[in-house]
Amino acid sequence: MDYFLQQLTNGVTLGGVYALIALGYTMVYGIIQLINFAHGEFFAAGGYMGVILIGWLLTTGAPPWVCLSLGMLLAMGYCAMLAMAVEKVAYKPLRKASRLAVLLSALGMSIFLQNGLMLTQGVYDKAYPTQMTQGGFAIGNVSISYMQVIIVAVTAALLIGLNLLVFRTRIGKAMRATAQDKTMSALVGINANRVISTTFAIGAALAAAAGIMVGFYYGSVRYDMGFVPGIKAFAAAVLGGIGNITGAMIGGFVIGLVEIFAAAYISSQYKDVFAFIILIAVLYFMPTGIMGENVDDTRV
Amino acid sequence: MTREFKKILRFWGIGLVWFYFLLWPLMGLKGDQVSFADSLKVWAAVAVASGLCVVVWLLRERGVLDPLGRGLAAGRNAARAAYSGLPVWVWALVGLACSLCLPLVANRYVMDVFINVLVYVCLGLGLNIVVGLAGLLDLGYIAFYGVGAYTYALLSIHFGISFWLCLPVAAVFAAIAGCFIGYPTLRMRGDYLAIVTLGFGEIVRIVLNNWMGLTNGPNGILGVKAPSVIWPSFANGFELETIWLRSLDGLYYVILGLTVVTVISVYRLNYSRVGRAWEAIREDETAAELMGVNTFRLKLLAYAMGAVFGGLAGAFFAARFRFVSPESFTFLESAMVLSMVVLGGMGSIPGVILGALALIALPEAFREFELYRMLAFGAAMTIMMLFRPAGLIPAPRFGSRSEEAD
Repeated sequence: MDYFLQQLTNGVTLGGVYALIALGYTMVYGIIQLINFAHGEFFAAGGYMGVILIGWLLTTGAPPWVCLSLGMLLAMGYCAMLAMAVEKVAYKPLRKASRLAVLLSALGMSIFLQNGLMLTQGVYDKAYPTQMTQGGFAIGNVSISYMQVIIVAVTAALLIGLNLLVFRTRIGKAMRATAQDKTMSALVGINANRVISTTFAIGAALAAAAGIMVGFYYGSVRYDMGFVPGIKAFAAAVLGGIGNITGAMIGGFVIGLVEIFAAAYISSQYKDVFAFIILIAVLYFMPTGIMGENVDDTRV
Repeated sequence: MTREFKKILRFWGIGLVWFYFLLWPLMGLKGDQVSFADSLKVWAAVAVASGLCVVVWLLRERGVLDPLGRGLAAGRNAARAAYSGLPVWVWALVGLACSLCLPLVANRYVMDVFINVLVYVCLGLGLNIVVGLAGLLDLGYIAFYGVGAYTYALLSIHFGISFWLCLPVAAVFAAIAGCFIGYPTLRMRGDYLAIVTLGFGEIVRIVLNNWMGLTNGPNGILGVKAPSVIWPSFANGFELETIWLRSLDGLYYVILGLTVVTVISVYRLNYSRVGRAWEAIREDETAAELMGVNTFRLKLLAYAMGAVFGGLAGAFFAARFRFVSPESFTFLESAMVLSMVVLGGMGSIPGVILGALALIALPEAFREFELYRMLAFGAAMTIMMLFRPAGLIPAPRFGSRSEEAD
């Protein structure tokens, strides 16, 4: 039982990270029907920006929690800028092109960004300043590290914030309208380009937050760390019903829990396989995901 | 100063400032050191290069480059006239003759590169069936390559079966894998198919990596036999002698033969009833089904046929390096093959050959920039999609059709 609870804690932590990445995929897909392959790279870039900026802020002698939160905010801003640039250069001119063309453009951007990270940051793991978040406590026999608490708290805060943004603000309303019907939303005066740009920025900022937390959790980042979590997070988005924000959150937690429990009880080497098998099984029996999809199939 | 020009200039200016903001934290912040020199150097290079592009664009808008453009167009028309003046088989024979003579003039390095090109031509043509003809996006194609390679490697080291016998076996195994992957995925539409095939590709790689008993895991399998031919020898009386094709020239002819078989099969498939049915599915699945095309079976067949050529290329891969390991079958390879197909022009055989040539041989020409190769590859892929999404040699399309919804 203790073992189960321990794994449950780990699964929720990992699931939160996947949920944050999956949101970026699902929001982008919901609006422009693009599997944004570069999204995993935003996650990796966020991880790198976290270690660079937090490391630099720590040298200024500011208190650790200021460094942590400021560094995180700056890294999220950085990735938002990166995503907006990528969208402007690689996706916007292709709004009317075939889907495959945009997909390959995204693949090209993914390879480009990954190698850009490698060239500027080196091929080796970059260590995180984990000493500031070390330690933990135990409830019964279940040990919980402070980092897990931080991850769950930050994830929860971001998910609530995103929900408020999407369902309570004007820009959120515009995003939902654009995702539902681009022609009609354009007719009532919603600037689709701006909405799409904002969507990319928000998704990338969430991915950056996930990247930093993964960096702290595992203690290091690598230039190619975006690929595997990227596809798993996309699997999570599909699992929850693509275009569906609540679905992406649920899907992220499902994939995280499946991975951790499969690793704990079945085989740790094949844990990645189980995530994909779940994905295939769900798509086979529920082709629109758990929560149903929410996609506008018309082109901009 | 037209408005268009102002817009471009503003885009360029804002873009450069934006770019520096993105570049500086990556290059200028190292630990506690803050520097600007390195990032400014890269930034200046990018600024000059993009500035040149803006100037060229401006000149083109002003009509300064018109004579040049006319010259190019004339050249292109002349080339096209020359190409269509002779039947296709003449060009195919010329190409084949050149490829047959290549070992006479090329050194080891060039041979090596060309063997690689031909392997990728086979892979590209196989994927072309799935993506180009049937219109099913497959992001895990390299899995079949891996299945073929491991089939031959295992049969060779455990049972010592010859390469030529293993070729059909590898093809069959790959086809079975293709059906296995195809069956659950074919009910899904476009993008789900993409992610599920990607997932399958990863599953195959993970299994190859972890099934120590069968595949020896990440260490790979050593000691795979090269292809052999049996040749009569009259040195002492008459006997049949086994010659191992270990030399690059021998391997080159083997893969050239495979490529010729692949090209002819794909060409014949393309213009057969099956090929027509695939194209009908690509254009409009519902309409194809209404016309009596068994879409499910044909889609499965497309997967299996694509996998067959991947499996053949895989068996050759194992025989060539006499070593296989899971790290040869990553997603990046799938992406590479897919970009060949798209770069060359989907559904077009000369296009795929040109795409393989461009993506394998061109990077070799820039060996000294090894580090920047993949960076340039990614950028080139995006730029290609921006300016020529239909590929270098688009496949001819017959008849008129309504705008595709998907």
